[in-house]
Amino acid sequence: MADVLKAPPAPAVEPGRAAGRRRGAARLVLVRLAASAAVLWGAVTVTFCLLRLMPGGTADVLLARSRVSPEIRAQIIAEYRLDDPLWVQYAAYLGRVVRGEFGDSYVLRRPVWDEIAARLPHTLLLILTTLLVTLVASVLLALVSANRRRWVRSSFAAAESLVVALPPFWLGLLLLTLFSFTLHWFPAIGSSSPMGLVLPTIALAAAPTAVVTGVLRQGILQALEEPFVVTARSRGIGEPALRVRHVLRHAMLPAATLLGWIAGSLIGGAVIIEIVFSRQGIGRLMLFAVQNKDMPVVIAVVLLTAVVFVAINIAVDVLIWLIDPRTRETGRWA
Amino acid sequence: MTKSVWLGTAVLALLVAMAALPSLFTGADPDATDLNATLRPPSAEHWLGTDQNGRDLYARIVYGVRPSLLIGAGAVALALAGGVLIGVAAAQLGRVVDQVLSRSLDVVLSVPGLLLAFLVVAVLGPGAGPTCVGLAVVSLPVFARVVRTEVIRIRVSQYVEAAHGFGLGRAQVVLRHVLPNAFGPVMALATVSLGAMIVAGSSLSFVGLGPQPPTAEWGAMLAESREFLALAWWPAAFPGAAITLAVLAVTVVGRHLQDRIERRRA
Repeated sequence: MADVLKAPPAPAVEPGRAAGRRRGAARLVLVRLAASAAVLWGAVTVTFCLLRLMPGGTADVLLARSRVSPEIRAQIIAEYRLDDPLWVQYAAYLGRVVRGEFGDSYVLRRPVWDEIAARLPHTLLLILTTLLVTLVASVLLALVSANRRRWVRSSFAAAESLVVALPPFWLGLLLLTLFSFTLHWFPAIGSSSPMGLVLPTIALAAAPTAVVTGVLRQGILQALEEPFVVTARSRGIGEPALRVRHVLRHAMLPAATLLGWIAGSLIGGAVIIEIVFSRQGIGRLMLFAVQNKDMPVVIAVVLLTAVVFVAINIAVDVLIWLIDPRTRETGRWA
Repeated sequence: MTKSVWLGTAVLALLVAMAALPSLFTGADPDATDLNATLRPPSAEHWLGTDQNGRDLYARIVYGVRPSLLIGAGAVALALAGGVLIGVAAAQLGRVVDQVLSRSLDVVLSVPGLLLAFLVVAVLGPGAGPTCVGLAVVSLPVFARVVRTEVIRIRVSQYVEAAHGFGLGRAQVVLRHVLPNAFGPVMALATVSLGAMIVAGSSLSFVGLGPQPPTAEWGAMLAESREFLALAWWPAAFPGAAITLAVLAVTVVGRHLQDRIERRRA
């Protein structure tokens, strides 16, 4: 951590600093985009193989448990080119996915995209509020708990371990029992009103908040030992300003690397929380599809979340690159 | 060992005992319904109350230890076995195999965990076995990466060179020298992920994809309690507390093992 003393690194060519930064970011994004495209292509291929490998023919899998007329069956076979050689089927499948054509849900009898588009905003809203709450709460809690007194730190750490061990859906049930059914403060059954968003957000945000708070506190305590803190203090900076302006920025980096993991767990967690609170959203659509083997919906949701997840991970890499100048010099992400 | 590690070990031992011999801990039948005693609050007769069918909640929680632990442990065991195979293959069979396997793991990691498990259950159908497989697929890449890194690290050590010098074959070196030395970090990962697996497994049964009713399983019990939240808090409170307790115990013991292994290596 001694290289902090050398910061900020003076770039060799001063006038091009902003442009260089932009170019570096562009290159980083391009490299990551290419790698992600390959990964997503792999994911599409896996779903294709899954459809092929499932017991029974692909047409049977696609139509499982939904009684359809021979005409619809013939239509499916034509759509997926199931009578053609394997590579033609694969090419056709790939083409459909790239064009975003996931066909119709065989259970709901509506285009998969319409179903997803109708529910996606609800899920995204829940994930966004959860991210916001996680960020604000963990920064505040970390600032408060990064205390010299040992018992403060250890009681926060114990509380965090407990919260991480709580299954989010159970926390949701407890919140519902207490605040909706006993105190009647919040609506019990999934409404799209802002009040209906409070309990699901708390249930979903609890675990990531606990994890991020712990990591941030560790970072803050470590950063407080750094020489630059002495420098800043010697310039007469107040303790709150020191923590917020200097120490927090330093502590953010390890927490930022967690963002990708948090996004993944939120997408999965939202699915379960939506079911607990009977909210309309991707989660219930997915569960219904899984229960009915409605493969077009299942595949569309899985690929969609993969795209979102991969995009978030690229964004996190860029964010880290922007927060920490040191990662730029070493070319760690190139 | 600190007090919390002792406590965690004791809880874990108790849970394993309950999983092995549930009838030792309760005389009640977990599936016996009593329609004259539905949704009774905790009492001397029913320690944790009864559910909507008048079944004793304490008995159901005790009998629910087995499926919950088995799903978690089974998923970890499958992920461990697959991870060792893939990790060793990636580290030992040359660049091409390494690239293919590592990129394939990236593909698996590109789908958020729980949704991937959903996909597996969609293919295999609901039940305890598919839940296990689904969770194993989700965590396999992590195990494979740790094993790969460990094998590459150990491969260049002097005792492995010496083993080669004695004329041992590659497979023998891996089995007798490399894998035993990779054991520590991999086992630490296994114990720590057991907690996450128990939560994920109960999540899947909560949404009805795990063991099917009337099996006494914690996640499934919570799912049933959802319908009666306005009437009774106990069917929702106690099974969740059981999950939390089990996860805490596993995590405390797992972290302790991890610390010990790290200290020994340092």
